[in-house]
Amino acid sequence: MIQSFQIEHPDITPDMVGRIDAVVAENRSKSGSVITVLRECQNIVGYLPVELIDYISSGLNLPQSHVYGVASFYSLFSMKPKGRHMVKVCLGTACYVKGIKEVISRIQNTYHLEAGGTTDDRRFSLEAVRCLGACGLAPVMVVNHDTHGDISSDKVISILEKYT
Amino acid sequence: MPNLTVLDLLKIKEDTQVFLEAPGITTLLICGGTGCHATGGKSVKEALENEIQAKGLGQKARIVETGCNGFCAMGPIMVVQPGGIFYQKIKPEDIPELVDHQLIQGKPLERLLYKDPASKKTVVSQHDIPFFAHQMPLALRNKGIINPEVIEHYIARDGYMGAAKALLEMDKEDIVEQVRLSGLRGRGGAGFPTGVKWDFASKSPGDVKYVLCNADEGDPGAFMDRSILEADPHAVLEGMIIASKAINSHQGYIYARTEYPLAIRRLEIAIGQARNYGLLGQNILGSGHDFDIEIYQGAGAFVCGEETALMRSIEGKRGMPRPRPPFPAIQGLWEKPTILNNVETLANIPQIIIRGGAWYGGIGTETSKGTKVFALSGDINNIGLVEVPMGTSLRTIIYDVGGGIPNKKKFKAVQLGGPSGGCVPEAHLDTLVDYEAIAKVGAIMGSGGAIVMDENTCMVDMARFFMDFIQDESCGKCTPCREGTRRLLEILIKICDGKGEPEDLNNLETLSAMIKDASLCGLGQTAPNPVLSTLRYFRDEYEAHIHEKRCPAKRCVALLKFEINPDICTACGSCFRSCPAEAIEWQKKQPARINRDKCIKCMTCFEKCKFDAIF
Ligand SMILES: Cc1cc2nc3c(=O)[nH]c(=O)nc-3n(C[C@H](O)[C@H](O)[C@H](O)COP(=O)(O)O)c2cc1C
Ligand code: FES
Repeated sequence: MIQSFQIEHPDITPDMVGRIDAVVAENRSKSGSVITVLRECQNIVGYLPVELIDYISSGLNLPQSHVYGVASFYSLFSMKPKGRHMVKVCLGTACYVKGIKEVISRIQNTYHLEAGGTTDDRRFSLEAVRCLGACGLAPVMVVNHDTHGDISSDKVISILEKYT
Repeated sequence: MPNLTVLDLLKIKEDTQVFLEAPGITTLLICGGTGCHATGGKSVKEALENEIQAKGLGQKARIVETGCNGFCAMGPIMVVQPGGIFYQKIKPEDIPELVDHQLIQGKPLERLLYKDPASKKTVVSQHDIPFFAHQMPLALRNKGIINPEVIEHYIARDGYMGAAKALLEMDKEDIVEQVRLSGLRGRGGAGFPTGVKWDFASKSPGDVKYVLCNADEGDPGAFMDRSILEADPHAVLEGMIIASKAINSHQGYIYARTEYPLAIRRLEIAIGQARNYGLLGQNILGSGHDFDIEIYQGAGAFVCGEETALMRSIEGKRGMPRPRPPFPAIQGLWEKPTILNNVETLANIPQIIIRGGAWYGGIGTETSKGTKVFALSGDINNIGLVEVPMGTSLRTIIYDVGGGIPNKKKFKAVQLGGPSGGCVPEAHLDTLVDYEAIAKVGAIMGSGGAIVMDENTCMVDMARFFMDFIQDESCGKCTPCREGTRRLLEILIKICDGKGEPEDLNNLETLSAMIKDASLCGLGQTAPNPVLSTLRYFRDEYEAHIHEKRCPAKRCVALLKFEINPDICTACGSCFRSCPAEAIEWQKKQPARINRDKCIKCMTCFEKCKFDAIF
């Protein structure tokens, strides 16, 4: 597809641009496809730099304010770069009752990492998420795609140390 | 492939039943729900496959990976048929011994069976385990029985017979009438009668109408809908097909939480298989009715569970609610007449059509019919998915099904209905599961999250927790919800931090009343409920925080001294060993002491101390 708008960004490789163009082309004529496009582009790049949002707006022929508005509304979308390992700790009710608060404070103390933040070496990103639907295993933490159930503040660091 | 006819459907049903029930074959039903996957179910299944092959038992045994069995705390789980033998917490290393006992010697392997914590007796059959004994699976009738990724398994259990009846033998008025007769009310939270909703949309003029399924399951502590989708996705599709005939719609959408990858994958598989058989698409079962379904993934916003916000989200906009009327039955998705139903509501529909509305209406109480699925979690022995008939008491759910509170702790409250709900204390545990009865004690039936809290839970902290959630998820469109919940949260934080003042309780109440009255959508209108219900039953805890600067449950860090009472300390040293900051001084036979300069107030020692010696 011919875009009137070029994209240059250190985190976006030419190969990624090709895949992004394909996603945009596929969804261009579908109404209401912004969220799908943003999700797939975030999967490709890892996050949504502002330049990418502008690029998507031009590709979908939508105002930048509309696409930015959608991206900032939904918690799935992040405009900041992420670490190599995504640590999601569950802040749902069941996990809260079972002591996730202590687990989070242990992670924060050990890696100097706030919820929503990334370590300086981009090893971990920490996110406090709402119920992962695995309440039977509470308290729950998901690292990348691995679900760890029944974690405690003493166990959590040895689990995380395995992700280098 | 040409579209199936009813005769083809019956043939598949019969063939699959013959295949599944062939004598001399043992079926190993291994749970493939999110919970069991996380505890290692996949490697257990692999080990089992390898062992069966190695021992040449391929002709004698068949492995079926099912959806969530429901008893998530015991995973990985396997049920062996015939016999319903229930194995729990299986590890890959156990497999050779298990196969030897179960398949070669033909007797159960005792050490992996369920042991009743009360009687200490070993239970062989799933039916006899108290957790299952009190349940009545209707919405979850196929859970743990079929492979959700094989449509023939579903068909063998009368699958798509409800759709066949609705499409070929009933007109839309008959369908609406049966659903109305059943008394089924929406399971997504509000409890609106489903038949009435369908009737509105059915009579609403227009050629283009939509059937939507709400699979957003935003309430924290709720996993009923995820389990239904993982265990029996076709039941939801069939419910939607029946709905589409009732309102004359040709397109449906399932709005699914993006946090549920397994449920989404199974739905995709199910939709593909249904299309392949012509159970979705054009001229379904030769009836002349066309209907197809697409999945739409959400992007993490709680408010998108609200019906008008959900529709805006499918349209690709910021998911903000709009005032009603006009109701979605008149103007919904893309301004067309639309019905939205919850996953569990839809999963009940096929059985209602097959067996008739009167049958379903015969179960339950005067105003609440059928069954309700609860996700039981928190401080309770038997964590998992529970489906009970309406009219069961909360006490039965917590003590008989749930097995009571672990570690000899005392029950404090059960939280129902998520952030819009409330807490039910001990004094009201005999309340029955019934929309009106639960509302009377200050909670709501809600979508089915039931979180049990023991005496170590601080109710002011819980109110703060819910308000933090609501405040964060408020979409910001209307001021009472956006600003009001923030002010409520500030007051609650202040109280938890030991800075509460006497007038705070009045302020909480006045502000709550205002938010309830003035908010635009259900999110704000119900947001103060957790505050009001804890104030109603646990006012003394609020007062202790405010007047005595004391947290009775010892959860609010700012109100703790981080000292050890030497009279209670048994000098066991477990706090010393667990402290990450090396802030605890301890020697054998000497009570421990906390060095406050090093202490990082992480609370680990409070968790570890079995004797309640730290304060
Ligand atoms: C803030 C908010 C969140 C909601 N979240 C959900 C949800 O996650 N799942 C759901 O089925 N219904 C949810 N609802 C209720 C829906 O608006 C709607 O009433 C329901 O999906 C209708 O289906 P039912 O009649 O079958 O229950 C929510 C409502 C509000 C106000
Ligand atoms: S509350 Fe954590 S998984 Fe549900």
